[in-house]
Amino acid sequence: MTNVLVCIKRVPETSGQILLAADAMSVDARHVGYTVSAHEECAVEAAIQIASATGGEATVLSLGSGDSVEQIRDAVAVGCTSAILVEADGERFGPGDVASAIAEVVTTHEAADSAFDLILVGNDAADTGDFQVGVRLAYALGRPVLTGISTVEVVDGAAVARGDGPDGTEVFRLPLPAVIAIQEGGITPRYPSIPGRMKAKRTAVETVAASVQPAGSGRVGLKLPPTPPSAVEILGEGAAAAPAVVDLLVTLGVVSS
Amino acid sequence: MTLVLVETDATGATETSLETLTFARGVAARSDSAALEAIMVGPLSPDVSDHVLDQMREQGVAVVHHAEGGQLSAYAAAAWAAAVVETATSSSTRVVMAAGTPRGSEVMAHVATRLQVPMAANVVAADETQPLVVSRQVMGGSVLEEMRLDGDLAVLTVAGHSTSARPAEEPTEPKLVTFEPALTDADLVARVVSIEESEKADTAGLTNARVVVGGGRGAGSAEGFADLLELADLLGGALGVSRVVTSLGWRPHHEQVGQTGSRIAPDLYVACGISGAIQHWAGCQSAKTILAINTDPDAPMVTKAHYAVIGDLHEIVPAINEELRRRQAHPA
Repeated sequence: MTNVLVCIKRVPETSGQILLAADAMSVDARHVGYTVSAHEECAVEAAIQIASATGGEATVLSLGSGDSVEQIRDAVAVGCTSAILVEADGERFGPGDVASAIAEVVTTHEAADSAFDLILVGNDAADTGDFQVGVRLAYALGRPVLTGISTVEVVDGAAVARGDGPDGTEVFRLPLPAVIAIQEGGITPRYPSIPGRMKAKRTAVETVAASVQPAGSGRVGLKLPPTPPSAVEILGEGAAAAPAVVDLLVTLGVVSS
Repeated sequence: MTLVLVETDATGATETSLETLTFARGVAARSDSAALEAIMVGPLSPDVSDHVLDQMREQGVAVVHHAEGGQLSAYAAAAWAAAVVETATSSSTRVVMAAGTPRGSEVMAHVATRLQVPMAANVVAADETQPLVVSRQVMGGSVLEEMRLDGDLAVLTVAGHSTSARPAEEPTEPKLVTFEPALTDADLVARVVSIEESEKADTAGLTNARVVVGGGRGAGSAEGFADLLELADLLGGALGVSRVVTSLGWRPHHEQVGQTGSRIAPDLYVACGISGAIQHWAGCQSAKTILAINTDPDAPMVTKAHYAVIGDLHEIVPAINEELRRRQAHPA
């Protein structure tokens, strides 16, 4: 039986136009909506699969304001069986603070005899892209850690993880408990079912306040890179443009004349 | 000193490592300790080692640290980090950095955690050096964050292809220091136990290709990529795709270009039927020239491109392929 904790973060959608808040310290996402990163969707799926294959529980955790319950319920709707909200002003929490706060919750659960054998996180958050919460969390808990992992399964009480390396697919075998950061690519997240959605509405979310005093992220401010005016040269329309395209390829030296 | 973790492949230091060295040289020159040093970890063949030393000379590196020993024969991020930390703490180091590759990011996260200092990921510029203030890509590269790294030592990764590798004005004669780092059993728990053959070679082909032909939703189906594959073949390039294409199962994930895929910097990117959402733009914006083929003249990919052809890729790409074959058969 493997009890899995999967950590997710409520982040602004990046598919629409991005606007900054008036103080340029955060993204104004009121009009674009919120989601979690693609890596985290895969981590949630991995947690559900491992818990179901081993008869364990998949617990979803998010750190942030009460609004994060929306993303927590999305994870319950696809199969997580319990949920934790670590209530905190996420904007004031740097990646080290987030790791400390999650470690605190894990330690508390361990003391209450509900330990997590495997903790999954996304490889990097879709908004801050810090690439480090999983590693810092693992060190805080004294556990081994992997990042950039595409697939993971539990075999004979150990996590067998695979990820892309420079020479092929790298295979790791970690004793549990461990922390693994999942990268999109090897796991296909499922869609929620109607009964899943109904269950998610009813599932209680354990809410704890983060007691960590945040050191912060070091953010001085945000800015949007300047958008240069379009300088596109239209070579033509339809198939008739093919000779102009090949002329361009010759000019660029991509093909010889 | 400024210390750079250098990753190597079968021929020498990787392009992103050379970019990082160029970036680091700029930071070092503006700070009070200008020495630039490099560290490599793990076994290297004599040929590769010699070539790397040549590359380090060109980059103006003063000392090359090479951590080796039997325990480092298989990759383990914690062991690599232990070697980097041992080197960084053995003399007065101000900044430790690596390329923002999967391995560079992983090792630097360990290094920052061990040194109990913050880490800035995907940095594109150093705005100030005392204290270090950097600009880094957030929100998939669509927003820049200015971040201050307080403390005596800063750890960062440099966004791939955000700068280009340039030789130093004054080449150096780097001193090679080989050492065996002190490792604990815990440093070796998360290590590679085996490597399975995969289509990874294709990914390397994609990230290093001079020409990439990209396909998006406009391809319409898995079969819709035949013409694009032929164009890539005719141009001696690689195929790259947008996220929607892999989500729909039309093409494998290792071909994905974007925030959650590969970052590319080809001489030419031919973006066919790709709207140019931030997720994708994050991975292709470093292309030197972009040619967009799209039915929508207002698509972001078209307005951001250098050149565009408006229309259906299924008519345009076969016509380009035909024209290429015709000119190959009858050179001017």
